[in-house]
Amino acid sequence: MAKITLDNLAHSYVKNPKSEDDFALKELNNDWTDGEAYALLGASGCGKSTLLNIISGLLQPSQGRILFNGQDVTNQPTAERNIAQVFQFPVVYDTMTVHDNLAFPLRNRGAEPAYIAARVQQIAKMIGMEDMLTKKARGLTADIKQKISLGRGMVREDVNALLFDEPLTVIDPHMKWELRTQLKSLHHEFGHTMIYVTHDQTEALTFADKVVVMYDGRVVQIGTPQELFERPAHTFVGYFIGSPGMNVIDAQINGALALVAGVQMDLAAGYAPLDGKVQIGVRPEFIHLGTGSAGLPVQIRRVEDVGRHKIVRASLNGQEINLIAAEGAEISADMNRVVFDPAGINVYRNDWRVAPQDKAA
Amino acid sequence: MNKTVNQKAWFLVLPVLLLVAFSAVIPLMTVVNYSVQDTFGQNKFFWAGLEWFRDMLQSQRMWDALGRQVLFSAIILAIEVPLGIFVALNMPKKGFWASVCLVLMSLPLLIPWNVVGTIWQIFGRVDIGLLGYTLTKLGIAYNYTQDSFAAWVTVIAMDVWHWTSLVALLAYAGLQSIPNAYYQAAKIDQASRWNVFRFIELPKMMGVLMIAILLRFMDSFMIYTEPFVVTGGGPGNATTFLSIDLVKMALGQFDLGPAAAFSLMYFLVILLISWVFYTVMTNIDKRDGL
Repeated sequence: MAKITLDNLAHSYVKNPKSEDDFALKELNNDWTDGEAYALLGASGCGKSTLLNIISGLLQPSQGRILFNGQDVTNQPTAERNIAQVFQFPVVYDTMTVHDNLAFPLRNRGAEPAYIAARVQQIAKMIGMEDMLTKKARGLTADIKQKISLGRGMVREDVNALLFDEPLTVIDPHMKWELRTQLKSLHHEFGHTMIYVTHDQTEALTFADKVVVMYDGRVVQIGTPQELFERPAHTFVGYFIGSPGMNVIDAQINGALALVAGVQMDLAAGYAPLDGKVQIGVRPEFIHLGTGSAGLPVQIRRVEDVGRHKIVRASLNGQEINLIAAEGAEISADMNRVVFDPAGINVYRNDWRVAPQDKAA
Repeated sequence: MNKTVNQKAWFLVLPVLLLVAFSAVIPLMTVVNYSVQDTFGQNKFFWAGLEWFRDMLQSQRMWDALGRQVLFSAIILAIEVPLGIFVALNMPKKGFWASVCLVLMSLPLLIPWNVVGTIWQIFGRVDIGLLGYTLTKLGIAYNYTQDSFAAWVTVIAMDVWHWTSLVALLAYAGLQSIPNAYYQAAKIDQASRWNVFRFIELPKMMGVLMIAILLRFMDSFMIYTEPFVVTGGGPGNATTFLSIDLVKMALGQFDLGPAAAFSLMYFLVILLISWVFYTVMTNIDKRDGL
């Protein structure tokens, strides 16, 4: 178990990177606290797997250092870093039995046979495969194979970190929940530092203590699920997390007032004068539909009933916005106004969140 | 669903039937025909029954040739398969040098059999051949025309030179199909190089290796041209393999009956072994198919 420090870290797959665009992973300075469960969340190709492979040592970063508990491991090979990693597609040793697959990492490190036997039993119980231990791994289904890979990842107790690279992609939905819950309880039990790469926000938010959102090779925000929801640091975070994502609308900010499509509205706090591209972000949960003359004029395009609530797709000044209405709410055709909840409005300049000036509000 | 019954559909099979008949069945039947008859020339034949088969089964000459043949195939398989795997493991995985290696490796496969024979026939000559001359100068007794051990070494070296590429290329293809994650997982599990080979590379190569072994077995068991050009089956009968012996018997001595019986048995042996291989291979596929 270890604290992981990324110091000035960056990586490019190009030999002589010239501009920042050449970097798959842009410069990064972070501390990953010992014993926490992190989720690396982002769209495909945003650099999540690159970062993971750098941590595990499968990839040598083009610049910067990586430290485990303050000790520089940048040039250490994977085997010496003592980490476990589970890959997207099941990697099992086909010709071995399930038992030997689970015992393999321990045997390679010369563990006591008695300890191996006990530990394999324990892991087999955890992944629910006690009665399959003598079977050959060849010919098992993909999700069972992936369970073996997960088990093999967890079999060593002394690992510095447990890394998961979208491990549940091939698993059936109902099994996903089960395995994720098991991983989580495992984390509580043993307190390993865990890093879990995924592009599925539900997976990230349910698994992790802290979610690391990556966008275009950059870490845009590290925070608890609640922080990501309430105060997205970047418009991408707002858009990527939440279903549907945050609405981002062009606005002018004047102190504690915002001017949107010619209509003035209150903000929860005051802001310093802003230049550049100024937008407000407001989640669908914080928009209320109404009639009359208060608020912004909208036209309702479509209403989708998803069971728990209704998603209303509307058009505001030509831009599509989404809002969420309670399941029981009557939505009539003459509803043509929306009001934003001031507490749910974040202000963005050039896509990055701006902190309000007076903290009082 | 109503099935339409139309017996005329059988006519559609006719072209294939004719083709196979002329290319395989009829030639084979002439051999069968010879194998049960005897002739004293002038195109007169007498019924001989199974006599030739009995003769051949008791013929020391045929058993000797078969023994040499099995030994030859066993030796070249024992050399070419491990060597081919070793070469494949050490070839670059991608980039410019991978292409260069692939082209160089395929070159021996493109050379016609009798040219390969001629190359080695000259290469091994003690008077002008680079190999034979050098060995002799170094004081090593080497003369493939007189010493049967030297003849065997030459014929085996020639076959290894000619065909190891095939095994290497097939093994290389098998290796290329292994996803990188397997090697990464092995690193994380701290597997030794031997364990990576034993538990990742070898199982994943098994399918193509079986094909390589089958191809090399069949080809080597039927080998004729190359040793014939180099040694002509000698010295004595030292390198007279089954095909060479068969041709001697059929065309040299004109013993059509015994030669026909011989070739039918030869054919059956190859068919039997290939069938065993095929069964083993499909079983492996079935295990993998799940």
